[in-house]
Amino acid sequence: MTLNLDKPIKFSPLHRLQWEEAQQKDVILYPEGMVELNQSSAEILKCCDGTRNLDQIVSELELKFATSGLKNDITNFLEIALKNGWIQQNQ
Amino acid sequence: MAGSNKTNSTPPRWLLAELTYACPLQCPYCSNPIDYANYQSELSTEDWKRVLSQARKMGAVQLGFSGGEPLTRKDLVELVKHARDLGYYSNLITSGYGMTETKIVQLKEAGLDHIQISIQASSQELNDHIAGTSSFDHKKSVAHLIKKHGYPMVLCVVIHRENIHQMAQILEMAEELGADYLELANTQYYGWAHVNRDLLLPTKEQFQQAEKLAQAFKDRVAGKMKIYYVVPDFYEDRPKACMNGWGTTFLTIAPDGVALPCHSARELPGLDCPNVNDYSIETIWNESRAFNFFRGVDWMKEPCLSCDEKSKDFGGCRCQAYLLTGDMYAADPVCSKSSDRAVIEQAIDSAKTASAISTNEKPLIFRNSKNSKIMTRN
Ligand code: SF4
Ligand code: SF4
Repeated sequence: MTLNLDKPIKFSPLHRLQWEEAQQKDVILYPEGMVELNQSSAEILKCCDGTRNLDQIVSELELKFATSGLKNDITNFLEIALKNGWIQQNQ
Repeated sequence: MAGSNKTNSTPPRWLLAELTYACPLQCPYCSNPIDYANYQSELSTEDWKRVLSQARKMGAVQLGFSGGEPLTRKDLVELVKHARDLGYYSNLITSGYGMTETKIVQLKEAGLDHIQISIQASSQELNDHIAGTSSFDHKKSVAHLIKKHGYPMVLCVVIHRENIHQMAQILEMAEELGADYLELANTQYYGWAHVNRDLLLPTKEQFQQAEKLAQAFKDRVAGKMKIYYVVPDFYEDRPKACMNGWGTTFLTIAPDGVALPCHSARELPGLDCPNVNDYSIETIWNESRAFNFFRGVDWMKEPCLSCDEKSKDFGGCRCQAYLLTGDMYAADPVCSKSSDRAVIEQAIDSAKTASAISTNEKPLIFRNSKNSKIMTRN
């Protein structure tokens, strides 16, 4: 499974992304498990709302953090996310 | 002495709410205590809500509703709703018995995140025999309904000598039912499974063959279905890191409100497990004798004490050490460094011998109130 560059990316409805006050961290929750996220991973996943594809997510985040050259890091993380089933590309 | 000096404790992350010991099924490997029939009292709805709120405040986030059969509690939907409002990720751990489509919808609306349904085997005859109740077709239709209503579904199959030969068909069934996760739980020999061990423990060859099938399946369905494989520790030479370390992550509340660092801790002597009717979850977790008893490594004796793997497996399972060696401070006898490793070899041999004789001579003891009372009387 590899990331499709054109299709929009959506956070999986079988998982939940939520802020945990006790840990001061965003986490992904799924059946009987939890993954703690660092801030940048969480920011990427929050952009996966099913309307944006990879390039759009990259420009959104580069704009938000007033920086450039994020594409590699974001792509690498999203590949992992796809493999773990955290994100989907349906249409 | 164990428990006298407190180690810095991390907050609980996992709360297992055993809502009731009532269950219409009679699985002979059930992990409920043998004497469960002696604990008749159950926490009220308000008690459970208080427990959920207190544990959530400390940082618990994964919540399992289990039992017995949690569906027998009339307030299940109300508790699920409360859990959702608090921000828990709620898992319902059910046999599916008594589940209806209406209930599935109500639970979804209340905010239930996931349903784990257990099936005992891949054929009706064997499923119904092991469950002690006719339930196979209903379970399968419940599994379809779970997927129909958009839940992630874990299919749980407890593996033992009576069903291990069905591994290939069990894997097929998981695929056909559309499971998102398949939990292949090799029986852990506590509670009822300990009593029935001679009849449940497969041979090493059976394990290896089944594991090979499961491994090939895992590769084939990668990306579609995840496999949780609970290892058969009798055939390993290191114990499992039980509970991720005592009092570090897991908090179990039994139906009568007793707080347990592990769901079998009731079997350990002199632990004095506290009740949520007497103390807050915070006090129980941080201060109680039971939760500090095996925290850290200070309680250990040799060979664990000077072992460089002690922070990896924490000396293994305390309940297994106690059940099999009579000493709850001993190394888990599964470990090849344990001087008691021979008891594991004996158990394996004894099961092998039993498998050669007819099952009529030594029948499985099913988990029900009658057997619970008989076995705790003597
Ligand atoms: S293991 Fe079987 S008997 Fe025990 S609670 Fe679960 S369904 Fe009931
Ligand atoms: S000796 Fe104790 S700590 Fe070391 S591996 Fe064995 S059980 Fe674990």
